[in-house]
Amino acid sequence: MHRRVSANPIRRFNYQGDPLAEPAPADLMEILDRYRGQRDALITVLEEIQARYSFLPAKHLQYASRELGFPLAQVYGISTFYNVFKLTAPGRYQVRVCKGTACHVNRSSAMLDHLSEKLGIHEDETTADGLFTLQTVACMGACSLAPVMVINDQTYGRMTPDLSWEILSELVATERPRV
Amino acid sequence: MSTVIRIGTSTCGQAAGAESVVSAVNAYVDRRQVPVTVQRTGCLGACHNEPLVEVTDNDVAVLYGPVSPERVSLVLDRHFGGGGGRWVDPSWILSRRPDHDDFPFLARQTKVTTRLCGVIDPMSLDDYLANGGYMALRDALRMPPEKVIAAVKDSRLRGRGGAGFSTGTKWEITRRQPASPKFLICNADEGDPGAFMNRTMIEGDPHRVLEGMLIAAWAIGASKGYLYVRAEYPLAVKALRNAIRQAAEYGVTGKNILGSGLDFEFVIKEGAGAFVCGEETALMHSIEGQRGTPSMRPPYPSVAGLWGYPTNINNVESFASIPSILLHGPAWFAALGTEQSGGTKAFALTGAVRASGLVEVPLGTPLRTLVEEIGGGCKSDRPVKAVQLGGPSGGCVPAELLDTRIDYEDLRRTGAIMGSGGMVVVDDTTCMVDFARYFLTFTQDESCGKCVPCRVGTRKMLGILTKICHGQGTHQDLERLTRLCETVRTGSLCGLGTTAPNPVLTTMRYFEREYVAHVDAGLCPAGICSMRPGTSTRAA
Repeated sequence: MHRRVSANPIRRFNYQGDPLAEPAPADLMEILDRYRGQRDALITVLEEIQARYSFLPAKHLQYASRELGFPLAQVYGISTFYNVFKLTAPGRYQVRVCKGTACHVNRSSAMLDHLSEKLGIHEDETTADGLFTLQTVACMGACSLAPVMVINDQTYGRMTPDLSWEILSELVATERPRV
Repeated sequence: MSTVIRIGTSTCGQAAGAESVVSAVNAYVDRRQVPVTVQRTGCLGACHNEPLVEVTDNDVAVLYGPVSPERVSLVLDRHFGGGGGRWVDPSWILSRRPDHDDFPFLARQTKVTTRLCGVIDPMSLDDYLANGGYMALRDALRMPPEKVIAAVKDSRLRGRGGAGFSTGTKWEITRRQPASPKFLICNADEGDPGAFMNRTMIEGDPHRVLEGMLIAAWAIGASKGYLYVRAEYPLAVKALRNAIRQAAEYGVTGKNILGSGLDFEFVIKEGAGAFVCGEETALMHSIEGQRGTPSMRPPYPSVAGLWGYPTNINNVESFASIPSILLHGPAWFAALGTEQSGGTKAFALTGAVRASGLVEVPLGTPLRTLVEEIGGGCKSDRPVKAVQLGGPSGGCVPAELLDTRIDYEDLRRTGAIMGSGGMVVVDDTTCMVDFARYFLTFTQDESCGKCVPCRVGTRKMLGILTKICHGQGTHQDLERLTRLCETVRTGSLCGLGTTAPNPVLTTMRYFEREYVAHVDAGLCPAGICSMRPGTSTRAA
């Protein structure tokens, strides 16, 4: 996988004192304890950590390595090999534009460009207010409704650039008072 | 039988707004106090008309679509009175018959593996049992395993993941291995962009897949079955988890299944978003908790697979075919298809086509039937230019070859492949060079990096294609591209690399003039490529 990984999380792996002097947080330990001793469980463990924290915090990878006995290099290798794993905190809304074949021939790239321009971020970046992360996905399997956009777990079909921005604008409107 | 209102709530239905339709139907039923059952189903396949609502009664069955929440009361008033006979647009009525024979999209299909998708509630074991569920397993457990394998061989079922290897023979090889335990893997890592056969089958009828696997377990002597499901399919995972729990309560998993002496358990493994994990050796490494990179074959998984034990890997659709083979007999299944290949194949028909969705047809059906009769031609009313089969591993079949029969060998002769079932129709507004570049962008990105021809070769191919799309290509580039295709095809370790050149090779073979126009005249005949460096495509 040729994935761009932003520099920050890597740097945090550098040794600065003992990063794990504190015991692992209880909810993390709860996940790790369930898979202790299972040599095939690393991917599942990381999936669970990400489900709980919405990304893979660097320190938690170190805890996973220490507690489960996987070399940190292997943990980091898995975390960067598979596309679902994120090493930085995503925005509250993860906006994923599908670039599957059907979406491609129905011009999903125009939707991506439009959202990118309106949000002022590129692919795999998060807006400064922490609301939106813009991503692409290979295919959601809802090709008959192409082009498709997914926000968190909600799938939106038959999109146009304007319509997709309208949906995001509504989210902005509901979030504004809170931010 | 009372009145049933069915609403398709698969991923595709939800994308079209099916959840708010369910709410609207429930609100209507509460308000009017009509005695009906509201049922959530999988997808009937007619995704282009979603959200789909079907109202069935003793002698009535009317299928409506697309039904927005605003249309719900209009549609339901037709059945339950009221509304003063308000007008329902006739185009919303897709079918008035229970067998849907008056709906061209469904009438030309032969549904075997997707027979119950969109018909039953996928979360209900009772629905599956009421439609003959687990009958085939009961039959199989009364037969010696060798006879089950013989039946599968006689059915001429071939691997539906696209490779086309005889399923029965694969089972036989795995059974003959002396080592134990033996494992089963159901490959549901449907990574091809533009494909959703496995998603539809699992979301619509999950027990069928489990039943197919249980029969395979009996035939092979396997004790554990992994379902490797793609991360992007949360609804499919939910349906499987529920089905496995129900299967355990019903007594078809666990120890001594139905008194046969067979012990078997299911494990769901969620993929983590790597296309290469659709390749069987990479998939097994991923199950083992490692990076999903492929290994050299042989040894094949049947001989030495998961943790070195004999492992039988089949696609979702192969397993889903098994119960029907045992219930109706191998001869029936074989007769559906061609001389070499039995049964039906599901395709995800998408792209420029008017009616898109999941389509299941007997093998041997001409491509034209799918594109023109079922798909209704291009929604733009422009001519069909090509059909792309098999996603990034596949190739393009040009319009003049639409009479090609759908079969492994026939399709291979055109340079395309059967593939897992992605079928994308394009009209003349698609630039074939850009199309090839699109697939190379994908394979280049998804190459795991283990072997050089794939890792470097796809990158170089993409570079040349990009140059051509930017109007800077030369004839030398075209020659170099052809040579690279050959190197990557012959030199790569796994299927991802060996098939990656297919989209380029087939477009160069059938649409050479477009490549030449880009190179010689600096023109994109379809008007898609910007012909300027630094920009991808012209603004839509």
